[in-house]
Amino acid sequence: MDIFLQQILNGLVLGSIYALIALGYTMVYGIMGLINFAHGEVVMMGAMVTITVVTSLMGAGVNLPGPILVLIGLVIAIPACALLGYTIERVAYRPLRNAPRLAPLITAIGLSIVLQQVAILIWGRNYIPFPSILSHDTVEIFGASITVLQIMIIVLCLVIMAGLLIMVEKTKLGRAMRATSQNPGVASLMGVNVNTIISSTFMLGSALGAIAGVMVATNYDQAHYYMGFLIGLKAFTAAVLGGIGNLGGAVAGGILLGIIESLGAGYIGTLTGGFLGSHYQDIFAFMVLILVLIFRPSGLLGEKMADRA
Amino acid sequence: MTMALEMNKLDTNKKVGLFLVSAIVLAVLPFVVGGLLGNSWLRIIDFALLYVMLALGLNIVVGFAGLLDLGFIAFYAVGAYTFALLGSPHFDIHLPFYITIPLGALVAAFFGILLGTPVLRLKGDYLAIVTLGFGEIVRIFMNNLNAPINITNGPQGINLIDPVKIGGLSFGKPLEIAGHSFNSVYLYYYFFLALTVLVVIMAWRLQHSRIGRAWVAMREDSIAAAAMGLNIRNIKLLAFSLGALSGGVAGGLFASFQGFISPESFGLLESVMILAMIVLGGMGHIPGVILGAVVLTVAPEVLRDVIGPLQMHTFGRMLIDPENARMLIFGLALVIMMLLRPEGMWPSKRRKAEFDDAKKG
Repeated sequence: MDIFLQQILNGLVLGSIYALIALGYTMVYGIMGLINFAHGEVVMMGAMVTITVVTSLMGAGVNLPGPILVLIGLVIAIPACALLGYTIERVAYRPLRNAPRLAPLITAIGLSIVLQQVAILIWGRNYIPFPSILSHDTVEIFGASITVLQIMIIVLCLVIMAGLLIMVEKTKLGRAMRATSQNPGVASLMGVNVNTIISSTFMLGSALGAIAGVMVATNYDQAHYYMGFLIGLKAFTAAVLGGIGNLGGAVAGGILLGIIESLGAGYIGTLTGGFLGSHYQDIFAFMVLILVLIFRPSGLLGEKMADRA
Repeated sequence: MTMALEMNKLDTNKKVGLFLVSAIVLAVLPFVVGGLLGNSWLRIIDFALLYVMLALGLNIVVGFAGLLDLGFIAFYAVGAYTFALLGSPHFDIHLPFYITIPLGALVAAFFGILLGTPVLRLKGDYLAIVTLGFGEIVRIFMNNLNAPINITNGPQGINLIDPVKIGGLSFGKPLEIAGHSFNSVYLYYYFFLALTVLVVIMAWRLQHSRIGRAWVAMREDSIAAAAMGLNIRNIKLLAFSLGALSGGVAGGLFASFQGFISPESFGLLESVMILAMIVLGGMGHIPGVILGAVVLTVAPEVLRDVIGPLQMHTFGRMLIDPENARMLIFGLALVIMMLLRPEGMWPSKRRKAEFDDAKKG
């Protein structure tokens, strides 16, 4: 029972990070009908920039509490990643809006290779440790333990997601985004500047990605130039699981995927009689993805569509 | 060979002439390359032939049938592992290549159907993501199937894979003829060339067959194609399995040529590379795909040789690690090529016309 609860807690932490990244995928998909393949690299950049800022502040002898240092890092990483998202849209997507679908896919893959290589140039090929400035105190809940940091990750994710949902539902920008996703042509007739809306969607998604990147880095105490690939793929799975294009779905899908993955990793050894071990954890996300797309391609909360393309 | 495919527009005399010229060029190529640039460059040419086979296989799936596949390398891996497991000291089984290569191709084709069946209803980006996941699953299994029963030997990979042997002639050793010694890269060149020609003929015949036309019909409008009486399920599975087939052949050849395989050789980047070959070459157009495969195999190697010395020459020291710079240029090339010439270097006339129409309207 302890293992079960422990894995659920781990899954919640992992899942809320997935959810935050999945929001970035789902927002872009909702508006343009395209998968932003370079989103994982934005997450990586967010983590890297924050670590660099925090380390150099500490190196300069700034003596502030850990959480404040991370916050300063975020204040720099968020606009940096938003700018990166804007650039990705301008370079890889906008010129190809009327081209066949394969073209933006290739440009996005090309850009993500470029971003990885730039990361290698700046930070090298090795794992970058996250400075140990955040407390790793644990709290016991019914025999399972969770760190204060992880509780903060979950809470912060929920707050951000709630804020985003309110923004999309209540503000003028949110209404323009919803209009653009329904019909860009008609939205522009109603005075919505579609280009601006698409740019701001990319920037918003990338800002969320930056925060998620920092959470990944603090949770695992490290960052790596290649970290964006796998986590991006899993977050995309989460977005599909919840119903791509649907914000609430991305949140639900992310948390569900996190829990499935940790439960799977915790029990796969017992289930297969020791034949498969927990290093098969990464397979679950792909299995879930394939199963969802076979049995319910519209996702848990997505609308039914006649022809998914 | 590439020239020969454009033959139907020319009269018979020119066809024969072109065919003879390309045959002679391909026959003497290893001696020119090997003699002037050395065996390591001939080795790269051998790899280019492998990639031609892979790209033509993926072209069946992506170019002909319009199914976006980002996990194609999995079939290459399956072919390579089938060959390696049945022809190495790992299990101490040493079957000859004329059994293991066809077997690897069949196993790969089976995996093609295995992948194809669940994704029948998917299109576009969704298909891309699922195939990507499939490729990763295959790689994760190869990486981890060393315990509790050691099947794939995990991340260490499989070593000392048997070279191809025809009669008493082993491709692993240099061949001595009249006092001249020919490195094994020469032998493999002709062997690969023969199989590449076979794959080209297969792709060519397929494209102009009833099946090929069915693929085009499905690619352009699957509902209309179904209404015309095409069995969409069967022709999709056929595309996946036939594409996987040539991937499997190339995989087996890779294993014997290299003598060593490990899961590392079968990552996502390789899948992307092969996709880039067909997109940059000219999707669905066999000569274009061949051109793309050759350019993308040879160009990075040239870059590898050029970047280092060039930096030393201009700056007096290494500013960027050549491997790093090579990938950076590759990524940028993908982006720039798509922005400037999305139809590829050598598109078919029909596709070129489609792109020109799209630009106008």
